[in-house]
Amino acid sequence: MSAEHPVLRIQGLSVVLPKGADRRHAVENVEVTVAAGEIVCLLGESGSGKSIIAQSIMGLLPDNIRPVSGQILLGEENLLAAGAERLRALRGASMSMVFQEPMTALNPVMTCGAQVEELLRNHTAMTHAQNRARVLEMFEHVHLPDAARIHASYPHQLSGGQRQRIMIALALILKPQLLIADEPTTALDVTTQAQILRLITELTRENRTAVLFITHDFGVVAEIADRVVVLRLGQLVEAGASRSLLSSPRHEYTRMLLSAVPSLTPRKSPVESSLPVVLRARRLSKIFHPGGWFRRGAPVRAAEEVELELRRGETLGIVGESGSGKSTVARMLGRLIDPTGGEVELDGCGIASLSGEAARRLRRRIQFVFQDPYRSLNPRRTVGAAIVEGPMNFGLSQAEASARARELMDLVSLSPQMLDRYPHEFSGGQRQRVCIARALAMQPEILIADEPVSALDVSVQAQILQLLEDIQRRLHLTMVFITHDLRVAAQVCNRIVVMHRGRVVEQGPVREVFERPRDAYTRGLLAAAPGRSFAFGQV
Amino acid sequence: MAGPLADPGLPALDAPATIWRRLSGNLSVAVAGGVLTVLAGVSLLAPVLGTIDPGLLDPVNRDLLPGASAEVLSLTGESTAHTFWMGSDSYGRDIYSRVLYGGRVSLLVGAVVATLSVAAGMAIGLVSGFVRWLDGLVMRVMDGLMAIPGILLAIALVSLWRASLLTVIVAITIPEIPRVTRLVRSLVLSIREEPYIEAALAVGTRTAPLLVRHVLPNTLAPLIVQATYIAASAILVESILSFLGVGLPTDVPTWGNIMAEGRLQFNQYPHNVFFPGVLLALTVLAVNLLGDGLRDTLDPKFNKRGVRPA
Repeated sequence: MSAEHPVLRIQGLSVVLPKGADRRHAVENVEVTVAAGEIVCLLGESGSGKSIIAQSIMGLLPDNIRPVSGQILLGEENLLAAGAERLRALRGASMSMVFQEPMTALNPVMTCGAQVEELLRNHTAMTHAQNRARVLEMFEHVHLPDAARIHASYPHQLSGGQRQRIMIALALILKPQLLIADEPTTALDVTTQAQILRLITELTRENRTAVLFITHDFGVVAEIADRVVVLRLGQLVEAGASRSLLSSPRHEYTRMLLSAVPSLTPRKSPVESSLPVVLRARRLSKIFHPGGWFRRGAPVRAAEEVELELRRGETLGIVGESGSGKSTVARMLGRLIDPTGGEVELDGCGIASLSGEAARRLRRRIQFVFQDPYRSLNPRRTVGAAIVEGPMNFGLSQAEASARARELMDLVSLSPQMLDRYPHEFSGGQRQRVCIARALAMQPEILIADEPVSALDVSVQAQILQLLEDIQRRLHLTMVFITHDLRVAAQVCNRIVVMHRGRVVEQGPVREVFERPRDAYTRGLLAAAPGRSFAFGQV
Repeated sequence: MAGPLADPGLPALDAPATIWRRLSGNLSVAVAGGVLTVLAGVSLLAPVLGTIDPGLLDPVNRDLLPGASAEVLSLTGESTAHTFWMGSDSYGRDIYSRVLYGGRVSLLVGAVVATLSVAAGMAIGLVSGFVRWLDGLVMRVMDGLMAIPGILLAIALVSLWRASLLTVIVAITIPEIPRVTRLVRSLVLSIREEPYIEAALAVGTRTAPLLVRHVLPNTLAPLIVQATYIAASAILVESILSFLGVGLPTDVPTWGNIMAEGRLQFNQYPHNVFFPGVLLALTVLAVNLLGDGLRDTLDPKFNKRGVRPA
């Protein structure tokens, strides 16, 4: 970037994993430099070693993982040679870190103000009043509303975005030379993510802070990075200026990753309106009443008067941020939870008030794929047992069910020999394939997929989306696809429903909604999609 | 919300083969398991390990010191030579024989109480955790039971019935049930929120198979650990009850009974209390050590070997 000395220089860093890990080095021979005022993105999928690099810099590696060669220079000082006391002095003052999950990074029993003041007390000689004034000033600087109230609030009283602003205030209040941000927006909604990214850029440009930004998201990279370093399984794949790397990647792996990022341009048209409506929701509502024996909390309106219809063979997307009620609606459509009001019609027959055995019979027609493939398979049962369970619940013999399970394993591109393995022996993508096979084993007409790819790496995500599309075509499935990711929605859906705070704010063919959003909320959502100015999926 | 999630390391046992490898690699489990196997073997094989009838009274040989040899006169009138490795008590009974046979009672009580209380607590806890409207009622009853000190409750129960092995076992089991119930209930409450439970419901699994196939197996690891602690405590409580004279009848040799009788002469003949005491301590220590080892290997919260590659 500039002729001046870089703030951070990582040279030939190798970190060894303990015996028994899946590979010998967490990272091997990695070189990264970050200059003052520059934002460098460390990009990689899970297991690429990007967090290990951050922990090595901060001196926060677990005891059983240690760097074996190379050096990490902060200015002129080698951090790998620094003692625990020296590192403690540097942390906060010269280098600081923002984590993925602000709730767990903040101390739940201290007020936010006290936590930031503690840092000032440890590193400066200012009086209590000066500290407080400085913290309030910083809170305003990170655009927290009503700084005095936030100062006295505990972390759980704030929203995720506000907590992340507190973390940023905490990280930047001492004006460190280096900020390490480890997936700081991954746990946040898109609109909040856009604000946080803007805040980080703004504050670090202002103080000429060097930023090492760890992410798995190309959208985020396109949004903020000056330079990018791509990692794969601990090896440095490619490094370069952000624009040139995104538009003309040299390495095949980078090209593969880039091509796996779904484009924001919608792909599908709505299905013909002559096709019959299979599933219809009329004024569907769910109101939760929290509280116990003695106390009754304010009712939570998870879904209110939701109207939607699903035509045979189409994919309907339900899009919204966390807490919008999209999962609640999906579960009510398949009667996994009971609506408190309204009606669901399957082929014209009301199913909202079915109970017991009649409700159980619906399972053969409507099936689910859930978000988290790590937790939606029972860790104590083989994947084979998981797949045959449904058909056997409905009277299929063990032999018939097993035969069906073997066919389905083929269909989802897994080897039928894997049926007697346990879920922990599979990767995330493979587990999601198993979950899809489990749903298909019931031979359903309607498949409801609740964020089926959001726990997966981008390259795996592309494969699972492809698989769902193939299966839909071959088995003539009708699908409800719930996602928070507009890129995924653009690729998968014929029509989408946008939800906000339990209500449908807009619905229509995906092209129409993306190109001419009518509702202000939809417009905000589309504008917040990271990297929207960059045409992904066309490289 | 989004992004690659790390494998959250569920409260799970892995495949059986992995568990055995981990268990046998744990020093506490190996040592404690070895000690317990030896103790169980010794008390089961007591008849062939040079013992005589543990209830045989022989006033001539009373208060012998450990290692003394003497002629023993059996009830049929035969006289045999016998070495009193641990001495004899004030009735001339062989402490060595009594301690070995007493071990049977202690280990049996430990194992049976642990099994019964875990089984009962598991059944009640499963129902309580899964049938929400019953939960309040069941848990208040359990709270009531827990409000009474365990020993006191056991003494009260034993005095209601005739003192026998069965009575003692039941009396020790009942105060343990609420603790197991609470543990199982709390496990069930968290397991029922797991996505794989929802997934099982989504493929039409009925409640009973759901509990047996999906909920129950995932409560086992912490329960096995809890069972060892219950076994250790049951062995102690049985000894205490015997020592207080409210446990098994005095003619049954148990470690508690031997110590209770030896207590009167403790100043002159400490061996009467010493040998059963040492074995009791050794047993309880081994069972607790086994529990710690099992917890380290089975309960992921205490598993310090978790390695995150990135």
